[in-house]
Amino acid sequence: MKSNPAAMPVIVANGLVRNFGTIEAVKGISFAIASGEIFGFVGPNGAGKSTTINILCTLLRPTAGQVMVNGCDVQRDSNAVRRSIGLVFQDTTLDSYLTAEQNLLFHGWAYGVPSATLSRRMRELLELVELWDRRKEKISHYSGGMKRRLEIARGLLHTPRVLFLDEPTLGLDPQTRRHIWNYVRELREREGLTIFMTTHYLDEAEICDRIAIIDHGKLVTLDTPDRLKDALGGDVVTLETEDAPGAAAIVRERYGFDPVITAGQVQFRVPNGERFLPEFVRSFDQPLRAISVRRPTLEDVFISQTGHAIRPAADGVQDAWRARWKR
Amino acid sequence: METMSENFFRGVWVIAYRELMRLVMEPTRIVVTLATPLLFLVMFGGGFSRIVGDMAPGVDFVKFMYPGILAMAVVMPSLFSGLSIVWDREFGFLREILVAPISRSGIVVGKALGGGTMAMIQAMFLLILAPLLGVHIEFGQLVSLVPLLLLLSMTLSGLGILVASRMKSQQGFQLVMQLLLLPLMFLSGVFFPVNDVPAWLAAIAKINPVTYGVDAIRQVMLTGAIHSAATGVGGLVVDGPGKTLTGRLATNVMGTQLFGHSLSILEEGLFLAALATVLISLAACSFGNRE
Repeated sequence: MKSNPAAMPVIVANGLVRNFGTIEAVKGISFAIASGEIFGFVGPNGAGKSTTINILCTLLRPTAGQVMVNGCDVQRDSNAVRRSIGLVFQDTTLDSYLTAEQNLLFHGWAYGVPSATLSRRMRELLELVELWDRRKEKISHYSGGMKRRLEIARGLLHTPRVLFLDEPTLGLDPQTRRHIWNYVRELREREGLTIFMTTHYLDEAEICDRIAIIDHGKLVTLDTPDRLKDALGGDVVTLETEDAPGAAAIVRERYGFDPVITAGQVQFRVPNGERFLPEFVRSFDQPLRAISVRRPTLEDVFISQTGHAIRPAADGVQDAWRARWKR
Repeated sequence: METMSENFFRGVWVIAYRELMRLVMEPTRIVVTLATPLLFLVMFGGGFSRIVGDMAPGVDFVKFMYPGILAMAVVMPSLFSGLSIVWDREFGFLREILVAPISRSGIVVGKALGGGTMAMIQAMFLLILAPLLGVHIEFGQLVSLVPLLLLLSMTLSGLGILVASRMKSQQGFQLVMQLLLLPLMFLSGVFFPVNDVPAWLAAIAKINPVTYGVDAIRQVMLTGAIHSAATGVGGLVVDGPGKTLTGRLATNVMGTQLFGHSLSILEEGLFLAALATVLISLAACSFGNRE
C-alpha cells in the first residue's frame, strides 16, 4: 500500500468526549490535521481547548471517542505517541532548581535521544531561541519569556513530528510574542513540523493554516482564516458621500449589495473587496469624499459564529482542570 | 520498536539521576536532614546514658542507640522521597515527566532509588562519624549493613511515594508524614527496646517496618559486643528467653519476637525485601491510576 505522506493526516480525532463528573468539557469533537499544517484551536477560556490538548498528548483519557497521532492510538500506544510529539504547556513545566542545560539533558535522556544528536540539537535549538549564552543559569533566574522560549526548544529536542503549543504567548509582552511566532514559523519551514496550537488571542490565530473555533465543548466551525472571513460575506467597504441615502440606494439597485448607513457612512460587504474597489470607483457616478475597504477580522468571525465575543475573563472547566494540576 | 522494559529502565535511571542533580544543586538539604538524627543521638544519647546505664553488658546507651540513629538517617530521606513527587505536581514538572515515553512504574522506582541514594549518603556520613562516638564497626559488619540499609530505604520510599501518589499539596504531604513519622520512629526500637513494653505498644511496634530494620542493624552491630562482654565475665549466652542473665538481657534488647520466635537478621532482611516490593508495587499502581 502506497500513500502520499503529506496527504496522510497526522492527527485524527473522532467523536471526542470528555466529562469531569457532571460537567461535559468536550462534547463530541472530530477533526483531522494534515502533515506540516499549523492548526489553531481557538475559543474562550473554558471552551474545552486544554482538555482536548491533554487528550491528544496522552495525559487524559477520553470518556468516548478515538484519537490517532502519527498513526498510533493515544490510549493503546501512548508511549509511541509521546515519543512523536513535543509539548509546550501554558504553565511552565521546567525544574526551576536546575539549569537550562540540565533541564534539556533530562528531556533528551527521558526520550532516549542518542548523546551525539543530543548535544548538536541542544546547541542548535538554544541558539534559535537565543538562550545558548545563558544555558548554565538556573531556571529560577529566568524571566517568563525566557522560560517559554526554553520550553519550545525543549519540546523540539527529540525531533517530534507534531508540536503542541497550549497558549504559548499567554502572559508574555508583545515583543516576546512576536519572537515566539517567528520561531514557530521558522521551525515549520526548517523541520516540516505540524503545529497544533490553542489560543484565545484571535489576532495570533492569523498565522494558522486552518482554525477550529470551539465553544462550550463543541466545534463550531473549521476552515482557513481567509475562508472563514470570506464566509461572512466578504470585505467591509465604507463610503463617505454628500448624500448617504442616495448612495446607499444606488449601491443596492445597481450593484446588488445590502448596505447599511452608520454614522452618516454607507457600509456594505463584498467578496474580494480589493478587486471590487477600482471597478466600483470607475463606475460609481456620485461624488465620493472617501472610500475604504477592510478585511473582516477573526473577531468578526468569532462573533458571527458563536453569537458572543471571545471573553477574556477566566472561568469554567479549563480552570478547574488547571487547578487539578496545579494544586 | 521499543520494548516496555526499555521504557522502564530509561525511566528509572533518568528519574533517579534527576533527584541526584537536584541534590547537587542544593547541598544544604543533605546537611539539614543529617542534622536531625545527629542531634537526636547527641541529645538523647548524652542525656540518657548516665540515667539508663548499660543496656546490656558492654553496650552503653549511645552504643545501643547508634544503630537506631543509623536507621533513622535512612528512614527520613527515604520517606520524604515522596515529597519530590508532590513538589513536581505542584510546580508543573510532573507533566514533563508524564508526557515522556517512560513507564509509570519506572518513574516510581526511579524516585525510590533517588531517595535511596540520598539515604545511603547520609548513612555513610554517620558511619564515618562512628569512631568519634565510640562505636567501632568492622568491615564484615559493613558488608551486612549496606544491603539492610538499602532494603529499609526502599521500604520507606515505597511508603512515602504511596502516600505522595494521593497528595496534591506539599503542606498536606508534610502533615501526613509528620503523623506517620512519630510512631514510625518512636515505636521502632530506636530509643527503647520494644520487646519489654505494654502489649498495645508492642503490637504497633511489630507492624512497624522500621522495627525490623532497626533490629537487624542492631543485631549486626551489637551481637559481637554482647558476646565478648558476656564471655569476659564468664557468663553463658543462650538463645531464647530467660536462660541466663546475660542471655535474657540480650534478647530483651535485640531480636524482635514474632509469635514467640526471635527473628534472625536474614529473616528480617527478607521481610523488608518483601515489604519493599509490595509497597513500591502499590505506589506504582496508585500513581499510574491517578495520572
